[in-house]
Amino acid sequence: MADYAGRLPVATPESQPYWDGLKEHKLMLPTCDDCGPHFYPRPFCPTPDCFSWDIKWTQASGKGKVHTFVISHQPIPPYNSEDNPPPYVIAVIELEEGPRLMSNLIIDDPYTTTVDMDVEIVFDDVTDEVTLPKFKPV
Amino acid sequence: MDQIRHKVAIVGAAETDDLGQLPHMSRLSLHAQAAKNALDDAGMSLADVDGLLCAGAIPNEVAEYLGIQPRYIDGTSVGGCSFMIHVRHAVAAIMAGYCDVALVTHGESGRSGVDAPHGGSASSPGGQYEAPFAIGGAPTTFSIPVLRHFHEYGTTKEHLAHIAAATRSWANLNPMAMMGSHRRAPERGGGPITPQDVLNSRMICYPFNLLDCCVVADGGGALVLVSEERAKDFAKDPVYVLGAGEAAAHWMVSQMRDHTTADGYRIAGEAAYKSAGLGPQDIDHCMFYDAFTFTPLMAAEDLGFVPKGEGGPFFAETKTGPDGEVIYKSGPGGDFPMNTNGGGLSYCHTGMYGMFAIIESVRQLRGECGDRQVPNVNVSMAHGPGGMFASAGTLILANA
Repeated sequence: MADYAGRLPVATPESQPYWDGLKEHKLMLPTCDDCGPHFYPRPFCPTPDCFSWDIKWTQASGKGKVHTFVISHQPIPPYNSEDNPPPYVIAVIELEEGPRLMSNLIIDDPYTTTVDMDVEIVFDDVTDEVTLPKFKPV
Repeated sequence: MDQIRHKVAIVGAAETDDLGQLPHMSRLSLHAQAAKNALDDAGMSLADVDGLLCAGAIPNEVAEYLGIQPRYIDGTSVGGCSFMIHVRHAVAAIMAGYCDVALVTHGESGRSGVDAPHGGSASSPGGQYEAPFAIGGAPTTFSIPVLRHFHEYGTTKEHLAHIAAATRSWANLNPMAMMGSHRRAPERGGGPITPQDVLNSRMICYPFNLLDCCVVADGGGALVLVSEERAKDFAKDPVYVLGAGEAAAHWMVSQMRDHTTADGYRIAGEAAYKSAGLGPQDIDHCMFYDAFTFTPLMAAEDLGFVPKGEGGPFFAETKTGPDGEVIYKSGPGGDFPMNTNGGGLSYCHTGMYGMFAIIESVRQLRGECGDRQVPNVNVSMAHGPGGMFASAGTLILANA
């Protein structure tokens, strides 16, 4: 895993709990009591008429739908080796809780992906330190 | 808001001497050569310039490089529509007396990468929440909204392919267009293309084949703006700014509120229409930023030229010309002339293409376009996104 070729995120103090959660195979969302969870993590509620700084972390179910997607044929790391070649799916996942996030879909034939397909989270431990939230069809 | 209407004019507009592969020119020299050409077009000198607006460079960088000390600067750099926004800001600055002669410059070594800036940090939102998923630049992100639009409205790849074919038809009439017949032989992919050619071209990132994607080029462009009073003194007819709008809707494409509507387009477009006192029915000619075939379709819908969701069938409508040729809706002879320089798809795309869209609007309004001149263009719209539908800038320009 030390030779993982893809780009890795570097957490900020504000996003550290999100990445720590993923490492423990939990999808944690910053959540406002009044407005619910949001993505991506910010230390406040990004609803303009709320803007509360009272944020708790809550665990998401990991279930969602493919909101929209593309099938990249570009050899972009980590999808650039004989073992892991393109094409691959980049998808915007709409979580059951509402927020949307960018991810990859783990699917045998990318061209069987459909909009609104049901998916669930896969925790991809790409290095000892970083786990990426990916998804697979249910 | 209508107080900006007809108060400031574009009196100079030009590209760099060449566009395409220019490995002998750095980012800043592209800014400088474009500035020279735009000032020559206006019949002005660099010494006249007291306002400087640029993107892809800090205004101080460009000012120092040019050897000027402007008293008004704007470095709004939000992607391809930055220059539409610069024009809007220049209008306000000239009206406020912050400067008298505004120079807007663009230079980008988008192909050769001579002093090209590098991407964002791994701790930025994009670095944390998009880049790790093998995002590979615009083809993998500008494409993100498309399949949602297909899903909700029945838009198809065939619809989009007509936009590429129509735009290539314009490129074939423009000697500067990189993929046009003048500059590129058919065996190297230049000259006429059909929608089927688009569908048959190599897959880049579904739903975009190669010919759904813009060219990748080095180049630059610049504009010179002065007040309406001063604009009457120039050899060439002034192009007046009637209306302008701008917006920031999101940054990461995954966070776009609705992937079938560009909120920024709507906000910027409404402001432009309101300040001009005009509507879509008053626009004779459109320059809609086309990084990909889908981009102008979104503009036609969100700027009110067609109802939401009907852009696909609108652009795919064709008719037959007197010699049996196919006339595309947005191509030469069509009733929705759009991207008449050949667009980002077939003319030039440096990365921040918006400057070139404005230059073509100016030239069409001046009647300088030769074979590709659209008859009776009195009002032109130049509109673009920045980032992946993230920001937007809209200009309504006129020759009277």
